[in-house]
Amino acid sequence: MAMTGADLAVKTLEANGVSVIFGYPGASNAPLIESISHSSIDYILTRNEQGAAHMASGYARVHHTAGVCTATSGPGATNLITAIATAYMDSIPVVALTGQVKRSLIGKDAFQEVDIIGATLPFTKHSYLVKDVNDIARVINEAFHIATTGRPGPVLIDFPIDVLQEKYNGGGNEEINLRGYKLPGRANEMQLKKVADALRASKKPVLLAGGGICSSGAMKEVNELVNRTGIPVISTMMGLGVVPTDDERFYGMVGSHGSKCANRLINKADLVIAMGTRLGDRSVANTKGIEEANKLIHIDIDPAEIGKNMQPRIPVVGDIKDVTLRLIQVLSDYRVNDDWKAEADELREENRFEIPHEDTGTVSPRYFLNRLSEKTDSEVYLTTEVGQNQIWSANNFTIKDPGKFITSGGFGTMGYGLPAAIGASRAQDKLPVIAVMGDGSFQMDLPELGTMVQYHIPVKMVLFKNDRLGMVHELQYTAYKGNYQMVNIEGGNPDFCMLAKAYGIKTSEINENSEIDKAIDDMLADKESYLLVVNVSPYEPTGDSLNENRITERKA
Amino acid sequence: MEKYTLSVLVENHAGVLSRVVGLFTRRGFNIHSLSVGTTADEKISRITIEVKGDVYMVEQVSKQLSKIMEVIKIKTLKDDEMVKRGLALVKIRANAKNRGEIIQIANVFRVNIVDIAETTLTAELTGSDQKIDAFLRMVEPYGIEEIARTGMTALERGANTLRLN
Repeated sequence: MAMTGADLAVKTLEANGVSVIFGYPGASNAPLIESISHSSIDYILTRNEQGAAHMASGYARVHHTAGVCTATSGPGATNLITAIATAYMDSIPVVALTGQVKRSLIGKDAFQEVDIIGATLPFTKHSYLVKDVNDIARVINEAFHIATTGRPGPVLIDFPIDVLQEKYNGGGNEEINLRGYKLPGRANEMQLKKVADALRASKKPVLLAGGGICSSGAMKEVNELVNRTGIPVISTMMGLGVVPTDDERFYGMVGSHGSKCANRLINKADLVIAMGTRLGDRSVANTKGIEEANKLIHIDIDPAEIGKNMQPRIPVVGDIKDVTLRLIQVLSDYRVNDDWKAEADELREENRFEIPHEDTGTVSPRYFLNRLSEKTDSEVYLTTEVGQNQIWSANNFTIKDPGKFITSGGFGTMGYGLPAAIGASRAQDKLPVIAVMGDGSFQMDLPELGTMVQYHIPVKMVLFKNDRLGMVHELQYTAYKGNYQMVNIEGGNPDFCMLAKAYGIKTSEINENSEIDKAIDDMLADKESYLLVVNVSPYEPTGDSLNENRITERKA
Repeated sequence: MEKYTLSVLVENHAGVLSRVVGLFTRRGFNIHSLSVGTTADEKISRITIEVKGDVYMVEQVSKQLSKIMEVIKIKTLKDDEMVKRGLALVKIRANAKNRGEIIQIANVFRVNIVDIAETTLTAELTGSDQKIDAFLRMVEPYGIEEIARTGMTALERGANTLRLN
């Protein structure tokens, strides 16, 4: 049987190790779906293309390979957009395959035609419009190479339907040909020496851990560096878990929703070693202070991140794993001084607080997350939505591995957590996947419950229900004199337990802290997906240190 | 704010220019002038971009441009180390009486007259921004009907070239 372009595409996907594709069909990507059905690749039919791309993204974070999704031309393709941007901001390798109208109709405003390459230019690492059947194999090979190497990111390939349908006669070259793709070489020896010297001269160093440590696979190396040198560790949201968040070496998450301790420490420090972080505005608000103190060492694989948000004293461009291994060598005799360690410890103790957990008619989400990490020993993949549920999770669930805390850090996409959990669950079956959600964000990609049920994907859903868009509700309290507008969803909220039952999903609901332990046990004992509705107060604060940080932010 | 000149070698593919220009818009960088053309190797184009900003901004522009897959090589050229030229075509109002005067001015500037009609003259000149501006000032009193100017294009002085590897 003669091969078509679509057959060649699917064969090349197989060669790149793809075993599952998340997607939604339409006329333009139908040839691709047809070829997938004759291959070793499984597909998961989602309820919206956005869900497909989020699932691919969740899958990628857990499986450590590129996640793949497909959508048809026009609205199918544009529905992917939010999820592609989400993956881009968190540097997640996703390969999106879109159908396009046939070549002769491109530019004619044909039915379901959109310039998806143009629309996604600002937030894809690269993109291709395949105009020749002989380019298919090379383009797909390049796409996977680009998505997964260097600083990872999403790549989109747009296939006109007639290219997919065309007979393929063995022409073209499948070899990668990317002379413009520059992977950074090894970090400069001189720069590493400068880092070592700066550290030796420093009295108060901290290590600011970012998500790049996880994408570089440098967890072990960074932990060794920290163990040997004793440098206190703080982290961004994406870097949570580089050292376990309950570990004595860890001093909290920085940023507008971080801990008092971490935010004070970064200001008190005389040297900040930022590793694998963009130093985004939500992580470091006081950029001027750090620049003026000239105390930043910035280590990142992406040269464009150096000097983008802050000018460092010592820039180091290179892969975190390699840089860390070499730093361990040059710092073999270095140990942080005890006074600084004691100062940091004291700061942490001052800001330690007990979460109250007497019964009051609503559940404390922070106490719930405490219990959840204790009862699971954090041996789960935890996804979050965006809003209070995300910050509560980041600060109160003990995170022991950044690869197991799956959250939309950079883009802050509501509707991410539920599909990402489906993707994470499809990527492995060793550990449970728990999706922590608010009742606002849950409803953004709610239809994916259908996907979860259809493919028996056992996601454990924890729904913090407060009938509000809690984070904005709180913002309106602090910044708009309590004029609560456009944040109340009470009138339209369904009975969530009944909703779950309608999908055949088991469910329960709790109102008191004393019910937490049993509810968690019941949820985890079940083999299928499960919805636990946790009623929380709409006036529950996001964090203990919020106000102070808000003030710092406003000043800066 | 200073003016910087970037010489960028890119793959001669469809869509490359929109990636480059889109990056400027997206990141809030200002393009002062731009010119594009193929090189001796027809698979490669050279984009010459003039940007206004400080040294940090130009460094960011250059690093961000490097991340575009089709961008092969970038160099920021220094004013005293390059030859930089633009082209202008200027249609000047002219009649039998003042035509000679205008041609004299043109000769001083080594400007070619490339078209003559009963009521106009079209001059073609190449040079730096300053030279073109100076010529325009001189002929302005006669009446300028239309101007078409290109962006600047530039090459390094001496034997240096922007090699691929």
